[in-house]
Amino acid sequence: MICDVCGKKKATVHLTEIVDEQMSELHLCEDCARQKSVQMEQQFGLADLLAGLSDFGKQVKNYEKIKLLCGTCGLNYNDFKKVGRLGCSECYPSFKDNLSTLLKKIHGSNRHLGKTPLTRSKSTKQKMETMIDLKERLQGAIAREDFEQAAELRDKIHSLEKKKEKKE
Amino acid sequence: MNLEDLIHHTGEWLRGTGPNSNIVMSSRIRLARNIEKVPFPSRASKEVLIEILHAIEEAISQIDYFKDSTLYRMSDLDNIDKQFLVERHLMSHEHASHTDGKALLISKEEVLSVMVNEEDHMRIQVMQSGFNLEKTWKIINAIDDKLSKKLRFAFSSNWGYLTACPTNTGTAMRGSVMLHLPALVMTKQINKVLSAIAKLSFASRGFYGEGTQAKGNIYQISNQVSLGHSEEDILQNINGLIRQVIEQEEQARQALLLQNKHMLADKIFRSLGVLKNAHIISSQETIELLSMVRMGIDLGIIDSIDRQVINTLFIMIQPAHLQKIEGKRLTVSARDVKRASVIREKLGGF
Repeated sequence: MICDVCGKKKATVHLTEIVDEQMSELHLCEDCARQKSVQMEQQFGLADLLAGLSDFGKQVKNYEKIKLLCGTCGLNYNDFKKVGRLGCSECYPSFKDNLSTLLKKIHGSNRHLGKTPLTRSKSTKQKMETMIDLKERLQGAIAREDFEQAAELRDKIHSLEKKKEKKE
Repeated sequence: MNLEDLIHHTGEWLRGTGPNSNIVMSSRIRLARNIEKVPFPSRASKEVLIEILHAIEEAISQIDYFKDSTLYRMSDLDNIDKQFLVERHLMSHEHASHTDGKALLISKEEVLSVMVNEEDHMRIQVMQSGFNLEKTWKIINAIDDKLSKKLRFAFSSNWGYLTACPTNTGTAMRGSVMLHLPALVMTKQINKVLSAIAKLSFASRGFYGEGTQAKGNIYQISNQVSLGHSEEDILQNINGLIRQVIEQEEQARQALLLQNKHMLADKIFRSLGVLKNAHIISSQETIELLSMVRMGIDLGIIDSIDRQVINTLFIMIQPAHLQKIEGKRLTVSARDVKRASVIREKLGGF
């Protein structure tokens, strides 16, 4: 990938900017990134974000690294990375995106297919909605040619159908 | 139930019976469960840990299954008691340190144990003798269902049961099978088997827990992955793998018999001879000899000893057990003497 600014060198720094829910990406070479970081420092004081960029593929991650904090137990994502243990169940939604990637790395999947606690067994209506939602997502994945996700969704649908058969 | 009552009692999982019990010692499943929105033990204050323990105690008191179980608070136990429970495979080493709010619940036959406030709020474990993950799952699944009606477990429909360590997230289940593999070790095939197991993302470790070397040719094999598959699928995968390991061990045993039955019988009976006659013996030597005698029983070379006696000895010859039997602290050399006497008594030696 070539740098978006100079159009010459290889882009090694990738910025994702979200303004009014519109996401834009910027791919920069190291020199242009440094220049950009001077501009950004003036604008947002974010220079330190770019300081360690060589260690990180995406600027988004670096940004989150500083900001991510669990509102319930106060653990920040950086500390989690040091100790490898989460602080409470609410850390999961708090660090959702990072954990999703991490879980996929560890387990090869980030979708639970096992049992559900009895206190919150889903109603039949919810189950039907889940099935419809899954089937729609499967169609979408096939259309996008995202076969990895399609296979996951297919397995999930199969397992739900199997469970249904067992109960019937 | 007093801890003292456990000393001369053999846990259900050591009975040496059940499917494939000539090679498989026991099957074990553990589930990690947490109460939602409450800090995990490592980030909870002493007060919160005690509250968690109370909430769990209350839930347990309402469930019939736990009627004959006993709850031990770690703060009430001395170091030998705690080590004794670790040696019986009822709790982890980690559970013995930092006692605040920690407890261990044990069912009468030691089928079930629950560690409260270890890494997660609850670590529920069920053990059975022999190769029997299906039955083990049936028991633990029913217990978990009952608990989930009384406690609100941390759970997300996407990620399943939420645990302190992301390596347990999802089913939060670890199924493990303890195998006695002397012939694979003697024929030097064990490393090949273990590396194949690791490639399939299963873990193998020794008899005496995580990080221990496989002593006495005993290996525990368990799943690593807990997310993306149902509990039944994970257990089926373990079953498939274990069946292959059993087959390999059986072939290796037959090969040893065929190659030189006399040499094998000699090794086995010499092992039994030392165990029956020694007056000073280290745990390392004991474990190696017990492994040989167990293989002798499995191959029908020894028919005068019950497998359960050997399984029990694997547990009883450990330091805290010897000290509980003696009723006082023993130095290392005093333990070697006591160990030899316990073994002679059990095996009817001199």
